[in-house]
Amino acid sequence: MQPFSQHTGLVVPLDRVNVDTDQMVPKQFCKLLTREGYGRMLFYDWRYQDGEVPNPDFVLNWPRYQGASILLGRANLGCGSSREHAAWATHDYGFRVVIAPSFADIYYNNCFKNGILPVTLPGPQVDELFRRTEQNQGYRLTVDLPSQTITDEQGLRLTFTIDPFRKDALLKGLDEIGLSLQDGERISGYEKKHQPQAILYDPSGVDFTADVTQ
Amino acid sequence: MPPRTLYEKIWDAHLVVEAQPALIYIDRHLIHEGTSPQAFAGLKAAGRKVRRPDLTFAVMDHSVPTKNRHLPILDSNAAAQFEALARNCRETGVRLFDMHSRNQGIVHIIGPELGLTQPGQTIVCGDSHTSTHGAFGTLAFGIGTSEVEHVLATQCLQQFKSKTLLVRVEGKRRRGVTAKDVILAIIGKIGVAGGTGHVIEYGGEAIRALSMEGRMTVCNMSIEAGARAGMVAPDETTFTYLEGRPFVPRGKDFQIAVDYWKSLGSDPEAKYDRVVELNAAEVAPQVTWGTNPGMVTDVTGRVPVPASFADPVDRQAAERALEYMGLKPGTRIMDIPLDRVFIGSCTNSRIEDLRAAARVVAGKKVARTLKQALVVPGSMQVKAQAEKEGLDKVFLDAGFEWRDAGCSMCIAMNDDVLPAGERCASTSNRNFEGRQGKGGRTHLVSPLMAAAAALEGHFVDIRQWRVDGGE
Ligand code: SF4
Repeated sequence: MQPFSQHTGLVVPLDRVNVDTDQMVPKQFCKLLTREGYGRMLFYDWRYQDGEVPNPDFVLNWPRYQGASILLGRANLGCGSSREHAAWATHDYGFRVVIAPSFADIYYNNCFKNGILPVTLPGPQVDELFRRTEQNQGYRLTVDLPSQTITDEQGLRLTFTIDPFRKDALLKGLDEIGLSLQDGERISGYEKKHQPQAILYDPSGVDFTADVTQ
Repeated sequence: MPPRTLYEKIWDAHLVVEAQPALIYIDRHLIHEGTSPQAFAGLKAAGRKVRRPDLTFAVMDHSVPTKNRHLPILDSNAAAQFEALARNCRETGVRLFDMHSRNQGIVHIIGPELGLTQPGQTIVCGDSHTSTHGAFGTLAFGIGTSEVEHVLATQCLQQFKSKTLLVRVEGKRRRGVTAKDVILAIIGKIGVAGGTGHVIEYGGEAIRALSMEGRMTVCNMSIEAGARAGMVAPDETTFTYLEGRPFVPRGKDFQIAVDYWKSLGSDPEAKYDRVVELNAAEVAPQVTWGTNPGMVTDVTGRVPVPASFADPVDRQAAERALEYMGLKPGTRIMDIPLDRVFIGSCTNSRIEDLRAAARVVAGKKVARTLKQALVVPGSMQVKAQAEKEGLDKVFLDAGFEWRDAGCSMCIAMNDDVLPAGERCASTSNRNFEGRQGKGGRTHLVSPLMAAAAALEGHFVDIRQWRVDGGE
């Protein structure tokens, strides 16, 4: 995974609550086999009119927000479907940081797996960031993970909390699966004593397409 | 040991490494064509193996056609996904139900139906409605594709412990009020983020009184309340449902299992981080009017006036939702005309749902103003059972279409799409913008309400119809 330490970038304000992952990546793009190339699809139905013509009303298309790499959102960002496509698209579009008063659990989690830092800030601080972003053309923030701070060029300084394990994993770009595999022996040990609960019974008469166990 | 909740008991029993996050063991890993190909690809690229193919089960459900399955799949992306799933299963030894299997169906319908889902287990799937399986007293939740890859490789997940929320529903449901109405009322009460960070346990008299089908409907929509998992303590209803299903232990082993399952319920003194209460007797049939499941009201209610919301963010969201939905503030819910009706999805496509809907439509006709009324059973087993009972005839005679099993118009990844600007009464779980098709307008309701709406062409208060039960 790509590590994350510090990032400075242009902020784009997405002033909607309960933005769901169906909006972030509509279902027709969940039929692809890769993890790459989803940036074009991010907020597809909001972003484009018919024929993939950019919708001038949608904030991501405004000239002043081109090149944004920090997404500022409202409460419960990324709710709904578990599709990791939403995080892939967020990253592929160019976002490295997503800031909101709250996130849905699965999207929050998926961000970390893809080198995106999701930052939760209290509502009034998010309101203030919305004000500053909208009032100042080219408004940029610097997000520093080691010190857990967000600063702007006008002297604003906010701190945020983050779980220490997640912080460490993001800083180092850790391979989580590799880490868990190091616990292979403990997993095997667990499987020995746990066996009765996990064991399968007698699926005779079940219509498997190709029953590889037979 | 201090008193523990159902969630804490299952958590403790699956701890492989106790840490923050913990490594917990996964008993059943369900996969489908939509969220697994990248996980298998990642695994392969890293030279890793599927650790427990015997605990992993795959099914095709999201993009499958619901008719003419013998014909080639014209959607090349969908076809490629089906092929990828079949190939990945073959190569790794994972058992698959493809679209021609008699046991094919929506992943959250077939798990319980086959008895793959059992109390006390941990179950994950790359799908947020995995919460459905919690109806059995199972810790079940949706995961992202990176986590799917993690479970394939290790049969474990790194997890932070959740907070607990008890939703206690006392009282008796009125005739015509179903499990769907109860969960929509809960979401209306606590909001679409009300359960974020929590695992919900549903308890109380009204939950105990529900069949397994009804409990699954409730747990299914936990994610619509923001909770990754929802659960109900196992009881006699659970054991009766499970006995004799293909993957459930038999004879003496079943008794041993039941004894264990009985020990899983929350201890009387167990503490929850939060408790919410609801009286089932006060719940009316629910209809959503907006673009998330929390935008919901009684069938006797009206589309709200955005200015009535105190919070400016909510007001703006309501305005946007009404614009998308093409609704005027103050419109009576029962005056909203419909274009289509969809009875299906992992929320409401089990046999009891179809029986309930069939009781409403028996001997009647779908309204002439409707463009389509669609029944899509949750699994091919549900379909077969319904046909044995003659329900297919009831629906077909009334003017409904009767299809093969799959997600269908819940997500519109196949050809079952709600056209732009059209309005649908749907028994599914999400009314997000474009969910049933770009520009489509979704109203979430129970199967009873959907069936009645199909006959009248608009919503009606099913309580006036004196139809029996249904969960
Ligand atoms: S029926 Fe709908 S909600 Fe359920 S698994 Fe399929 S797409 Fe998801």
